Formats: sequence, C-alpha cells, structure tokens
Amino acid sequence: MTLQLFLLLAAALFAVGLYGLLSQQSIVMILMGLELAINGIIVAAAAFWFFAASGRPDGQVLVLVAISAMAIEMAMGFAITTAIFRARDVDMADSASDLAG
Amino acid sequence: MQTVIFLICAVGAVAAGIAVFRVDSMARATLALLASFIFAAAPILLLGLSYLGMLVILMMVMEMMIMAVFMVMYMMNPAGLMPMKMVHNNKMSLVIAVAVFVLLAAGVLFTPWPSGTAEAAVPGSTTAAGRSAADPTLALGLDLMGPHMLVMIVIGLALFATMVAVVVLSTHRGRYDRFGDDLQRRPADDPVRGGLGK
Repeated sequence: MTLQLFLLLAAALFAVGLYGLLSQQSIVMILMGLELAINGIIVAAAAFWFFAASGRPDGQVLVLVAISAMAIEMAMGFAITTAIFRARDVDMADSASDLAG
Repeated sequence: MQTVIFLICAVGAVAAGIAVFRVDSMARATLALLASFIFAAAPILLLGLSYLGMLVILMMVMEMMIMAVFMVMYMMNPAGLMPMKMVHNNKMSLVIAVAVFVLLAAGVLFTPWPSGTAEAAVPGSTTAAGRSAADPTLALGLDLMGPHMLVMIVIGLALFATMVAVVVLSTHRGRYDRFGDDLQRRPADDPVRGGLGK
C-alpha cells in the first residue's frame, strides 16, 4: 500500500462519479454520481492523513467534513427532487433547464 | 496481505462504481453503489481509521436503504419493463471522465510525494513509529472539541439548516397555504373537505 495506489483509487472513483454526473438524465442518478465523486475525496483525504501527517488529526477532520457534505447533498437533492416533481412532474435534469444559459 | 486486500477492494470499488451506471435497473444501481462504498471503506479501515471507516459503512447502509425508496419513487425503468435511454451526451461524458482520470493519475504518479513517511507508515506501526497518537479516534475527538471546534460548529449548523430546508422543500401544503398569508383564514382552504367540525 502506497500513497500513489490510494490516490489512484480516489481518482478512479472521482472519474466514475464525474461520468455519472455528466451523463445521467435522472436527478436521482446524478446524485449517485455526486456521492461516488465525494467518496473519492474521502479516500484521498484518509490516505493523505495516513501517509503525510498521521501525527495530527487534521486529515481526519477533512474526512468528517466530506462525509457531512455527502449527507447534506443527499438530503437536499432528494428534497429538491420531491419539490420539482410535485410542482411540475419533472424527474429528469433535461426538463429542469430553467437556468440554461 | 494488506496490499492484496487493498487491491481487491480498490478494484471492487471501482467496478461496482461503474456498475452503478451500467445496470438497467435503478434499484440495482443503488445496491451497486452500496457495494462500492463498502469496498471503498475497507481501505480506510486498513489505514487504521476504524471510526471513520465504520462511520462510512454504517451511514451508507442506512442511506442506501432510504435511497432505494426514492429510487422506487422516481424509477425511470421499473423492473426493466420500460427500456429507455437513461443517459444523455454519453460519449462526451465518457471522454471528459477519462481525461480527468488520466490528468489526476498523471498528477498522482509524477508528483514527488514525501516518500520517507510512506515507507515508515505501514499499518499497525503508526504507534510504533511514535508519530501518531495512540488512538486516531481519540485524537479526532479531542481535536474536534478543541482546536477544530469551529468545524464541528459549522457542520452542526449546516446539518440543522439542511433539516429545515428539506422540510420546507418537501412539504406539500403548509399552514400558509391553508390559512392564508396572515394565518387568519377560517375555515382553512383545503382541496378536500374533511376533518374535525367540517
């Protein structure tokens, strides 16, 4: 186990999540892509904590922040999905393009 | 041994992550995402972060169970009965994702990381090396209640704001819909009559 292997895993998770974020139509599937990407950040932060500065707990705090971001993102995403589905019967990102430039 | 476990879990995590967007049922995608999270949490456990690793696993199991309900609610292709294209701009997304991975991997492989610590820091020997506190979880707790208290406060505030916002967003009809903006309208403006005294 080296730092490079961990970071490669994190990069792969992030890239897979990014693909899902960009390609999926359903809002719920986009949320899953976001979760995968944040999971990559968690792995990377844990690896940095261990290999670079395991004497101090700062890396762990970063992991905790990423986990909280994940929970908040999921809750808010589902609430917004519910709200927009109720208002307009929309569950796809393509139909919610009000802010498209 | 630990390297073997790590490699299995890493390949499993990425493979399950890819499966999330390859399976044709969104319920299966939820379970694939759960598998990916558990595979990805195992390397965190290997690093000695037992609290954070277990936190990820427990949180994700619960979150995916809740997510499965939402999946059923907003399923695009129920039980594979309505085959449809669930992706848009697939080719470009793939190109961007691969490019980002190549870029990140190049950064990972060509950056001169501090190698001395990486060699010394084999799991289990963190305490022997004398570089880390005896218990990372204890260190985290003391840090969050001490120097990093602000982080904990902000997280707590953000979670509370999330709770309020989620309730506001997902409430169908609140009291202002029923009783008017000044809450004085009687009887309440309900679409269906019913309830006590009506």
